Amino acid sequence: MLKTFSIGGIHPEENKLSAQSAIQELPIPKIATIPIAQHIGAPAKAIVKKGDEVKVGQVIAQSSGFVSANIHSSVSGTVFKVDDVMDATGFRRTSIIIKVDGDEWLEHIDRSEDLVTEITQTKEEIIKRVGDAGIVGLGGATFPAHVKLSVPPGKTAEVLVINAVECEPYLTSDHRVMLEKADEIMVGIEILMKALEVKKAIIGIENNKPDAIAHMTQVATKYSGIEVCPLKTQYPQGGEKQLISATMKREVPSGALPIEVGAVVQNVGTAFAVYEAIQKNKPLFERVATITGKSLKNPSNWKFRVGTPVSDIIEAAGGLPEDTAKIVGGGPMMGKALVSVDVPLTKGSSGLLLLAEEETARKATKACIRCGKCVSVCPMGLEPYLLMVLADKKEYERLENDAVMDCIECGSCSFTCPATRPLLDYIRLGKGKVGQIMRARK
Amino acid sequence: MNTKVLVAPSPHIHSGDSIQKNMYGVVFAMLPALLLSFYYFGLGSIIVTLTAVASCYFFEFLIQKYLLKVEPTIKDGSALITGILLAFNMPANLPIWIIIIGALVAIGIGKLTFGGLGNNVFNPALVGRVFLLISFPVQMTSWPKALGFQTSYLDAETGATPLAIIKEGLNKGDSLTDLMAQLPSNMDMFLGNMGGSLGEVAGAALVLGLLYMLVKKIITWHIPVSIIGTVVVFSGILNMASPEAYAGPAFHILTGGLLLGAIFMATDYVTSPMSNKGMLIYGIGIGILSVVIRVFGAYPEGVSFAILIMNAFVPLINVYVKPKRFGEKRK
Ligand code: SF4
Ligand code: SF4
Repeated sequence: MLKTFSIGGIHPEENKLSAQSAIQELPIPKIATIPIAQHIGAPAKAIVKKGDEVKVGQVIAQSSGFVSANIHSSVSGTVFKVDDVMDATGFRRTSIIIKVDGDEWLEHIDRSEDLVTEITQTKEEIIKRVGDAGIVGLGGATFPAHVKLSVPPGKTAEVLVINAVECEPYLTSDHRVMLEKADEIMVGIEILMKALEVKKAIIGIENNKPDAIAHMTQVATKYSGIEVCPLKTQYPQGGEKQLISATMKREVPSGALPIEVGAVVQNVGTAFAVYEAIQKNKPLFERVATITGKSLKNPSNWKFRVGTPVSDIIEAAGGLPEDTAKIVGGGPMMGKALVSVDVPLTKGSSGLLLLAEEETARKATKACIRCGKCVSVCPMGLEPYLLMVLADKKEYERLENDAVMDCIECGSCSFTCPATRPLLDYIRLGKGKVGQIMRARK
Repeated sequence: MNTKVLVAPSPHIHSGDSIQKNMYGVVFAMLPALLLSFYYFGLGSIIVTLTAVASCYFFEFLIQKYLLKVEPTIKDGSALITGILLAFNMPANLPIWIIIIGALVAIGIGKLTFGGLGNNVFNPALVGRVFLLISFPVQMTSWPKALGFQTSYLDAETGATPLAIIKEGLNKGDSLTDLMAQLPSNMDMFLGNMGGSLGEVAGAALVLGLLYMLVKKIITWHIPVSIIGTVVVFSGILNMASPEAYAGPAFHILTGGLLLGAIFMATDYVTSPMSNKGMLIYGIGIGILSVVIRVFGAYPEGVSFAILIMNAFVPLINVYVKPKRFGEKRK
């Protein structure tokens, strides 16, 4: 029996259409729109102004506060303006807009393909450099990576868990990076292990990527303390708590962080970014994303510069199909619907999914038939049908008691409900309100 | 380019599962037992089934449209299930007018007075059945024999069910061993070769239906397995303590609609608990009550009552039995 997490879970159609497509390089855009908030936490502060010349890799916005991350220029050229523009979610956010001119990189960035395996930096230097390089969790959550590496006093990390499950249907960017950059990832993991002072790292990969499991397992034999753990394909295994449960058989208590059970989780793409930051002096300003969809001509994987408009990657994959009804940034389960194709790709862009009307249309909501399916699929052991009713009735105290804040918003309940009830929509509302109430109490 | 894009929160895809799919899945799972009942009881069972199903549809439509003035929900398949289940609980020689009353009670009182599908507390088919059992005890317990395809309807040859044989015999003071000798063999009972209601006779066909529902994930194993397991354990203990007074597990499982109840009645979504833990408690309750009513109670058959009693506890179970939360300390 393959390992997986302890309760709940679903198995949507995998649709990994782009799994066979090698990573290609997306042309540099003519104009890059780089938002100053591409991570969870405080937005960075812009330190360039109109007319400034910038090079690739140069800091253009400085991290502000503990949970924040630097933003680097992904292109070279002239700052055209610093202005509020619409981002992926439809909100207006400050962005640095750069008119691109050539491709001039900062000198100290090593652009060769040579593998550098020797790790010379100390633990403190690594954490500082990861922070300086603006590395955030590349799985989509965009939590600043250096914060997770700073283990709070009194706690010790035992195991570094590498999230390579890529449990969202359609997405294949982590899959491709593993096939093409396994050695770099391993060195990145060693660097993370050094920073955390742990002897053991487990890479969790779902068994719908047998080639990645085989390749990574083979490469890992060259590095000590790193093992690959094949997992049953089961959504939402990429959730931190689910992944720890699957790989370590430990359950992170309600309201606690993974470090409570000795685990730190980092995405496999993040490990690659860490390698580049430490061994190649290269901050995070480009990454790999999947562009996919059933009607798309060429579902594929692309390395892109942060700030490239979404429309460019769609063009590269054969253009927007006629039947596109929804453009999702990320996967179909947890991704966010974009308001337009004119928004920029960012550090958190793991993929872009074009859905046709019939795949994504919501059906009319029917009365709950009390089948209990939402309860049995909830990976957090919650009762979604009840949380929906309580949120609707504004019974916030009962919502809190029924652990609404434990909901990881994976959407398994809404996905599964035969009465097509929008369970998560209501639960989100309830969570928001209960969160406010809890903060006010403090 | 398409300029109108949908912007809605995640998840952006759905499993495609629907109420209808589940309901018709249950109907499909009931087909083997239904066809076997046609084979054993012939014309009578066809008349009973058609009457029950047609009246359930008719009353659901009529009451929703003209009395409650809501959009009729007959398309969701739940009336069909109630109709077949009702027929499964009737003898094949039941007069048509009694069947119609049963359907009216099942749909009208059992389901729609509570607010329709999703809101009823009791399994509608069981409400109909128990109402008839109390109101028309004679007609409801005269069982035609399963004789292979028969063309007679009301004047079919009748006989007692195995449970009734045992119950009455024991009350008269006959020894259990003698009584058991009068019964069909376990194999015959499993294949349906005995007296009984339409749906209770064919254990094998019911189990086939169960397997189908499990494979199709229409239901989980928790309720049927906990009921059957409890009955096996409980009746096994009684039987071991006093083999002369209490029949063994095989007898209890194969007779009196226990399988029908465990597989198709107790698993009704609406009237069973939501969490796996709750389902186990509910199943164990039904198992214990079934044996208690059969062995110590007045009715030879206990399953229907056991399910109805446990139906009444379901709201309580749902409030007090929470699923195991992730990260909760195991006691
Ligand atoms: S979205 Fe929340 S409530 Fe729904 S299944 Fe996921 S964790 Fe459970
Ligand atoms: S899955 Fe839908 S219909 Fe079933 S219990 Fe949950 S909310 Fe009700």
